[in-house]
Amino acid sequence: MGVIIVLLVLSLSVAAAFLGAFIWSVKDGQYEDEFSPPVRILFDDKPAKEPTTTQTHK
Amino acid sequence: MLNENGLCDYYDLNANPGRHQRIKVRKDKFAYLDDEKIAQRLIRFRQENEVHTTFYLPHIHCSSCLYLLENLHRLNPGISRSQVNFTKKEATIIFDEQQVSLREIAEILTSIGYEPYISLTDLNGKKPGLTKTMIYQLGVAGFCFANIMLLSFPDYLGLEEDTPLFNTAFRYLSLILALPVLVFSAMPFYTSSFKALKMRFLNIDAPIVLAIWVTFGRSLYEVLTGTGTGYFDSFSGIVFFMLVGRVLQDKTYQQLSFDRDYSSYFPIAVTRLKHEKEESVSLPDIVPGDTLLLHNEELVPADSILTRGKAFIDYSFVTGESVPVLKEVGEIIYAGGKQVGSNIELLVIREVSQSYLTGLWNRNGNVTRERRSSSFVHRISTWFTYIVFAIAIVTAGFWAYADPAKIWTSVTAILIVACPCALLLSNTFTNGFILRILGRNNLYLRNAEVIEEVATVDHIVFDKTGTLTTTDQHRIDYKGRSLSAQEQQAIASLAAQSLHPLSKAIAAHLGKERISVKAFEEKAGHGIEGIVNDDLYAIGSAKYITGRKYAGTDTNVFISKENQLVGRFRFRNQYRETVPTLLDELKGKYNVTILSGDNAGERASLRIMTAPGTELLFDQQPQDKLNYIRQLRREGHRVMMVGDGLNDGVALLESNIGIAVSESSNAFTPASEAILEGKQLGKLHSFIRFCKSNRKIVMASFIMSILYNITGLFFAVQGLLSPMIAAILMPASSISIILLSACTVHITARKLGLTN
Repeated sequence: MGVIIVLLVLSLSVAAAFLGAFIWSVKDGQYEDEFSPPVRILFDDKPAKEPTTTQTHK
Repeated sequence: MLNENGLCDYYDLNANPGRHQRIKVRKDKFAYLDDEKIAQRLIRFRQENEVHTTFYLPHIHCSSCLYLLENLHRLNPGISRSQVNFTKKEATIIFDEQQVSLREIAEILTSIGYEPYISLTDLNGKKPGLTKTMIYQLGVAGFCFANIMLLSFPDYLGLEEDTPLFNTAFRYLSLILALPVLVFSAMPFYTSSFKALKMRFLNIDAPIVLAIWVTFGRSLYEVLTGTGTGYFDSFSGIVFFMLVGRVLQDKTYQQLSFDRDYSSYFPIAVTRLKHEKEESVSLPDIVPGDTLLLHNEELVPADSILTRGKAFIDYSFVTGESVPVLKEVGEIIYAGGKQVGSNIELLVIREVSQSYLTGLWNRNGNVTRERRSSSFVHRISTWFTYIVFAIAIVTAGFWAYADPAKIWTSVTAILIVACPCALLLSNTFTNGFILRILGRNNLYLRNAEVIEEVATVDHIVFDKTGTLTTTDQHRIDYKGRSLSAQEQQAIASLAAQSLHPLSKAIAAHLGKERISVKAFEEKAGHGIEGIVNDDLYAIGSAKYITGRKYAGTDTNVFISKENQLVGRFRFRNQYRETVPTLLDELKGKYNVTILSGDNAGERASLRIMTAPGTELLFDQQPQDKLNYIRQLRREGHRVMMVGDGLNDGVALLESNIGIAVSESSNAFTPASEAILEGKQLGKLHSFIRFCKSNRKIVMASFIMSILYNITGLFFAVQGLLSPMIAAILMPASSISIILLSACTVHITARKLGLTN
């Protein structure tokens, strides 16, 4: 039965990882502009320093 | 310019890209950006050779814009990178101050057709962004809710006897998972109820907080004493669902601003003449006695006297008059007018904040409306809470005689089951759906409270110019002897030479073909003349053409050929197509008033469209409009004001519901409760009816939830509420309430023709 505890810890940490990913994506501003990223990826010659995130500096 | 830098792709991307491919920037237009004080406020971040700034570019509209704006570094090596936020229509630009200045960037942007919009409001701090905290709270609640559900399965299935050790571990784990929900996710409810209580008002959140705490307290007690399983699943579930509703309801329209005052319309700086030199001065620094130089299409920032040049002032912004007026040297020009034509010089007589329009705004704009009657939802919840308390007390009394051991369990169970969460859920979800459907119909409400306000309106006041009529079109009819095709062409060609809006309208009205005009002469404010096909034509005011003043109130332009009067073009307002139907629908249901800053020339046509007895008021100044609304409210009416320009600004604020009509959702609108796109004005009546359905839908969902509550109470008063029943009852009631509200809202919308 000890395996249940292991599984429990595993499942919780996986869920926690997803929660972390969600919070990160919100903080990063990924939901703020839903138009530009899909269009931006189609441009051929990207700027030399292609921004990796959509975050704006505050 | 684009070609030089290998950005030709720009034109291949979309068939119809930039609005204006090449625009000449007037020299010194952005001179004020060289002012360190102003620049500082536009810069978000500054390092040695890296400066970050964000411009609002209203012209962004397609993927090509994105491409062009993100390749700015090719237009100027000083720019290292630019990033567009399409939703906000903002571009963040990172550049090297050594190589390029803020002003140069603004000029580059303008020259490629994206003139940055920089206003005083920008300078006075950023507008608050979307609150992310509630999203985090929602995420945490969802996480905890799902995991607690998982951990509760042994309890649901009645397995507790088989593996007691694990059960205890599971319960403690649930307890730990429930803690973030209690202290973090439920925060919005605490703050809201606390704020309300401080103002001695019991809002719906107060009983909810009570229920949340009681649930948690009882669960804590059961787990710690080992007497039961607790209700952490229901507890976190209800917080999760209620937060979903809140988030749905609080969705804001980022691209819109509901709080613009006059300062958003005014430029940041104007040109001042001092010791024969032009310098740029920011608006608050203008003092009486300054001489200002105003260019074409610039706003008069402060009340002043014209000292040089022919002023041709478009006051549509301030008064709603549709035709520009001529001002001679020595006349007073009020702030807010827009100069059309050549440069003029002005002597300032009043500071910006003391001028007629801005002063009116400053005196009235800051009045916070007395918070209107509280929402019916709060009133119901208050009653509901009293009833629940009564039931709890009766139950406690009953068990005190029958079996005192059961008082605690049954009373807490009642408080848990009977929390008005259902009411809150149905209200927030219904509001959220309604806001979305209205948004899809281009009516954007400031927040959910506005829905109820719209539903209770009984008097609708319309502005005429720009609201009922379109600003850019006129209905032109011609009176006089008939014109030959050649004459029409001649008149059109002559009219096309002038910048005056009426001339332009005539030129457009008479067709596109142009022939050459000789000896063209424009007498500002009077008319124009020129020789076309060897005939002398003149177009202008009655006085200019006939020598006599025109007696009527409507707008006319007279035409003469070889000094012989030919006829006149009469300008009438072009009403939006849907306006007659709308006014017809409103007949008998609402009191309607039409206020116009214009002259009474349109009285007859408005009289036909409106119900008999409708008040039609003309020549209304902003102050008159304000007073009229104030008077109506004093009489106890609930007033909706539908207006457009800044001239309606204070009236919009004074009314219960101010709806600003704009030609597109990107245009600037004065502060208001709602923004409506002009072409949707005809649906106004449907919108009001839709908002009225809100209350019925919330009530229906609420009654359904009461049925659930009664079922729950039936078990609770007997002390029989098993974890299984509670676990089924809670999500089932929440989800069915959400479904009911979604279905009814969408069915109502379809019936009213608001969805297809």
